[in-house]
Amino acid sequence: MSLTQADARTGPGAASHAGPPGARLALRGVRLGHRGNTVLDGVDLTVEPGEVLAVVGPSGCGKSTLLRTLAGLLAPLDGVVEQDGVPVRGPDADRALVFQDDALLPWRTVRANVELPLAIRGNARAERRRTAGQWLERVGLAGHARKLPHQLSGGQRQRVQLARALAARPRAVLMDEPFGALDAQTRAEMQDLLVDVLAGTGATVVFVTHDVDEALFLGDRVALLGTGAVVPVPAPRDRGATHAGLRRQIINSL
Amino acid sequence: MTAGRWALRAASLGAALLLWQGLTALDVNLWLRFEQFPTVGEVASTFGQRAREAAYWQDLGSSLRRIVSGFALAAASGVAVGTAVARSRIAEDLLGPLLEVLRPVPAIALVPVAILLFPSNEQGIVFITFTAAFFPVVVSTRHAVRALSPVWEEAVLTMGGGRGRVLFSVVLPGALPGVFGGLSVGIGVSWICVISAEMISGEYGVGYRTWQDYTVVDYPGVFVGMVTIGALGWLTSTAVERAGRRLTRWLPSRDSSGPVPSSAARGRAGLLSWRPSREPAAAAVPALRAASAGAGPAGTAGPRSGAETFAEQTREVTP
Repeated sequence: MSLTQADARTGPGAASHAGPPGARLALRGVRLGHRGNTVLDGVDLTVEPGEVLAVVGPSGCGKSTLLRTLAGLLAPLDGVVEQDGVPVRGPDADRALVFQDDALLPWRTVRANVELPLAIRGNARAERRRTAGQWLERVGLAGHARKLPHQLSGGQRQRVQLARALAARPRAVLMDEPFGALDAQTRAEMQDLLVDVLAGTGATVVFVTHDVDEALFLGDRVALLGTGAVVPVPAPRDRGATHAGLRRQIINSL
Repeated sequence: MTAGRWALRAASLGAALLLWQGLTALDVNLWLRFEQFPTVGEVASTFGQRAREAAYWQDLGSSLRRIVSGFALAAASGVAVGTAVARSRIAEDLLGPLLEVLRPVPAIALVPVAILLFPSNEQGIVFITFTAAFFPVVVSTRHAVRALSPVWEEAVLTMGGGRGRVLFSVVLPGALPGVFGGLSVGIGVSWICVISAEMISGEYGVGYRTWQDYTVVDYPGVFVGMVTIGALGWLTSTAVERAGRRLTRWLPSRDSSGPVPSSAARGRAGLLSWRPSREPAAAAVPALRAASAGAGPAGTAGPRSGAETFAEQTREVTP
């Protein structure tokens, strides 16, 4: 199912940004937590290549911990985290992380922030500049390249984070409530933008949110962290689709 | 900066000079005794005379050389040690206790150590200047590095960045505002110590000359020395502060929380970069106190409290 969905997510820029295929991420019998404090236990979860998995759960249930463990920033207390069958041992450029807010380096201009992962990857200056420019254009911030993050609005900053995360063509994008701090209107715009910019990247996405509607709009599947259930969404990324039954079911399970 | 504010500042200095002239010319003796004090005119004419002599400029050059080399060494090693202690548990365990034991020792109390340790006086004085600035820089760097948001580091790690990348792209630039707080304090304390060390063991230098003048009862000469120290202190701390503002332009300003057009930012920063600071006067006062009290134990007391004052100053630059 996942590959066909990745293929279905085509759009402008699909040709120029045809990245490597998405990664398959898997947690097997994982116990998550910080320094011995277990936050979640017995997590078994597979994220198929190229799919968008939305993860919902009440705040404090370990959504961020789950993402940090997937990113490799946090070692699991038990069990294994795998990418394509290989255990994850630490953070890697394959798995980009998008944070809720204030993750841009405030001393770098918008463009320099987007160029950073490219510089780390070893791209030449001219190529960095070109790629960063393209991505800023895609997120609608071409005219803001020389500004500093604090000169942008919250929504604009998240657009920059999106561009920064995707610029180096990661195989998986882990998003930690990236639109959680935005107002409803901006949030809907950002969701559409996300769908748009993901088109053609083929990247696997794990999208953590506490907003059930957001999860149902974006996710191919929705994982309920409280119960451990994973439910497929019939018509993902379709604004017209109504998921009243599914929505009630998810809310009841939380 | 408006013309009105410039005028107010000039008026403040002018009023102080006028008060000095009045008290000394009238030989006021009301518990505080001004009859021995040279007048502004006497100091000015002595200054004019000294400024034509090569010895004055030689002294000035010696002091400046000592403070620049001592301070530069302190800045580089202070940032390195502060970062290491903040980032590495081994460095913290190895260096932490040592730093805590050495930190309370006033730099000027190290004169005997410097005399024993170094073959020449010159190196000893640079050592004392270095020690004076080193601790404020270490402490402020350590705090600044520890206060960094872990999100920035995590972001760079998930881009595939290694330790070096985190250090140079996140830790050092992120700590810079705090580091400059320490540097501003450090340069002030350095002046106190270089002057005091020169008074004790120098062969040249403004501090040495000032003390010489005192021993031969040349009071206008003593005041010329003090004015020189004040001016040099102002010069060096302004230089540190300018560098700090230039490197931390990215700090958001206090009064603008929303989006701001960047062209306006550049224009305003350019204009404001000529704004003089309040800090030099503060740095000069303890220096004067140290000079008039001989080699007082002023070495431990920083003229300012560091990071927060500095942050306030840098805020004025950015929009």
